[in-house]
Amino acid sequence: MNTSAPRLQLLHITKRYPSVVANADISLSVQPGEIHAILGENGAGKSTLMKIIYGAVKADEGEMLWDGRQVAITNPAQARRLGIGMVFQHFSLFETLNVVENIALVLDEPFDLAALARRVTEVSERYGLPLDPFRPVHSLSVGERQRVEIVRCLLQNPRLLILDEPTSVLTPQAVLKLFETLRQLAAEGVSILYISHKLHEIQALCDSATIMRGGRVTGQAIPKDETPASLARMMIGRELPQCVAPVYTGERRPVLEIRSLSRPTDDPFGTALHDISLTVHAGEIVGIAGISGNGQAELLAALSGEAPGARNAVCIDGAPVGHLNAGQRRRQGLVFVPEERLGRGAVPALPLTHNALLTGHPQGMKRWGLVRYARARAFAEECIRRFDVRCGGPEAVARSLSGGNLQKFIVGREIMLQPRVMIVAQPTWGVDVGAAAFLRQTLLDLSRTGVAILVISEELEELFEISDRIAVLAAGRLSPAEAKAATNAESVGLRMSGLFTPPTEASAPASASSSSTESSHASA
Amino acid sequence: MIESLLPILAGTLAAATPLIFAGLGELVVERSGVINLGVEGMMLIGAIAGFAGAAQTGYGAAIGLPLGALAGAAASMIFAFFALSLAANQAACGLALTIFGVGLSAFVGQHYVSYSLPGLQPLAIPLLSDIPLVGPVLFRQDWVVYLSLFSFAGVAWTLSKTRLGLLLKAVGESPEAAHAIGYPVLGIRYGAVAFGGAMAGIAGAYLSTVYTPLWVQNMSAGRGWIAVALVVFATWKPGRLMLGAYLFGAVTILQFHAQGLGISVPVQLLAALPYAATVVVLVLISRDRKLLQLNLPASLGKTFLP
Repeated sequence: MNTSAPRLQLLHITKRYPSVVANADISLSVQPGEIHAILGENGAGKSTLMKIIYGAVKADEGEMLWDGRQVAITNPAQARRLGIGMVFQHFSLFETLNVVENIALVLDEPFDLAALARRVTEVSERYGLPLDPFRPVHSLSVGERQRVEIVRCLLQNPRLLILDEPTSVLTPQAVLKLFETLRQLAAEGVSILYISHKLHEIQALCDSATIMRGGRVTGQAIPKDETPASLARMMIGRELPQCVAPVYTGERRPVLEIRSLSRPTDDPFGTALHDISLTVHAGEIVGIAGISGNGQAELLAALSGEAPGARNAVCIDGAPVGHLNAGQRRRQGLVFVPEERLGRGAVPALPLTHNALLTGHPQGMKRWGLVRYARARAFAEECIRRFDVRCGGPEAVARSLSGGNLQKFIVGREIMLQPRVMIVAQPTWGVDVGAAAFLRQTLLDLSRTGVAILVISEELEELFEISDRIAVLAAGRLSPAEAKAATNAESVGLRMSGLFTPPTEASAPASASSSSTESSHASA
Repeated sequence: MIESLLPILAGTLAAATPLIFAGLGELVVERSGVINLGVEGMMLIGAIAGFAGAAQTGYGAAIGLPLGALAGAAASMIFAFFALSLAANQAACGLALTIFGVGLSAFVGQHYVSYSLPGLQPLAIPLLSDIPLVGPVLFRQDWVVYLSLFSFAGVAWTLSKTRLGLLLKAVGESPEAAHAIGYPVLGIRYGAVAFGGAMAGIAGAYLSTVYTPLWVQNMSAGRGWIAVALVVFATWKPGRLMLGAYLFGAVTILQFHAQGLGISVPVQLLAALPYAATVVVLVLISRDRKLLQLNLPASLGKTFLP
């Protein structure tokens, strides 16, 4: 596309860690004004490669050319001086500082917050990224935080911008907005490295792509000339697995009922829940979409029993359980798979046998108050076999399993408790494509045996794949759950921004309009 | 009546001064996300170093305070090496430093038990000290008291108005993020710990060379612990810390006067009063959980290795 020297060229980059080769012989080049995708699954080595470019990690072998000249970048400050900006996947922002303070910390220039605030406003307006420079970061939505990161990079007049999974926290509408900004930057000559595992985004945005798998480059492609299937083959080495949703033929009775659940929050960084109502029936999966920080953590705590509340706010098979703690609710047939696998779903340093005991102990694993390890071990062995957990056996410690295999073990453990209700948070977060498909199919199959399943996820595609009905949680309010066939990603995305009428107030038209504007304000 | 209050007020300023130094130091340390429970030990090491220097040279606090600061900073480096470079548990390292400081100061101090130093003359600030009533209280103090006020102003200004203060807060909240954008997290924390050590050393040296200019084993008498508590209850804000320190100072002086008046309460109870009163009042004003959480350095006490 251009005969001049590439903006950035990597030659034979290799990085080894004690147990794994994160990058093996990686070469790629990016031209000025090019949007170049790095496509690969979790664990393919994309993030390590970007950290090498940004100087946060040092490569063992290989060289890097910047505008045709060899460079050795040893720290992020040097990378920034060269003109490399990076937007991190997990934001590197400080919650207790405000926007302009966060930005001031990365700029090598005299400390003058007032002048900087004016420049922030100027740049953010020029690229359509509205920001209030004096808002504290903890009060910003995730999308706004990303804007802060991007504006922070833009103020350094970058010539190469690296974005690591930038859309994982955005609504579909915000993604389109981001793409516009990126295209505008590319037109001004900025090179962009865009890291993602989302095929359709890469096809919509990127000029070229480098595909990685297991730390190696497995292909170079022009995304627009490929199909999602051909890209997926390069990314995971085989066809993209599909889930099948059988028809449920049993009785459709309500199992999990949430009735006008409200909950103030005493955490200054938390979200209060407002009047949440939802029914999950036997044999169905209800998905709750929305971006984390909109009350997801609070709702999960209220449902799992970690934060008990009003008696009638949560019912299982008609019996009120809202006042019960987590253990008591489990005895009523509720199981819960939290988002954090290590530390909450499983104890990292304990073997799977002991982790099976955590929730499986009522299954005959104790007698006279003493643990029957043989039973626990048999339980763990069966779980490993039934749910295809790849590990070193029941004595392997939880930490040694990959994210996907540990999640299979945790979900499997809960399924073996024969629940009536299952609540799952981010079931496939950070899980490879194969394990994710297996987990989704497992949840679908479980629901068709008559279990009521509630899934809270940030991945819209996942929810559309497995849910029967989808609701949206935004700013602590839950939209009505709509049948999957009656909705689409765009309308769910709009509601993620808070543009819906809360269900209980829909019947009272006088207050409906005011409350919907209020919730859209809250998320704006 | 007013006349009899004046010495109490004047004494309050002096009694609060060691707490101000030690507390401001620890406040900076904790803002960077490190909790150093060795304040009491560093104060004692600073106290004996300052006392020994003053006794040997005869220059009093002028040599005692700088020496105390040096000794406190040096002691804090022991803590920093284990807690920061080796990422050992901060609470354990701090406790060990306190135990070490108590022992070391008692050992070195054996030779100085019968010594006493001349102390410091008050420094009257011209004109201001002539203001009736307030003048003699506020403006006829020894120079270290004025130094403590300048330290407060310096720390408060640095924390709220400078890039360094912002950086300290950032490192205290998320060392990972600070590292990711390229700041030397450990270097900044080392600097904060050294500052905290020097300030604790000054606090100790003030006790031994000015406040009660003689060497008594364990003479900090728990003030280091009060300083640590003050920082938390002050929700890491220098202004509130000053309030807490003056409260402690006021009750300390009041109970001396109460003892002098011969009130029939056991002396031990009266001596415990400043500690109890300070803690109770601070707990009451820092009850607000939101206030605590918004100001708490989120990484406080957690080890970080880049």
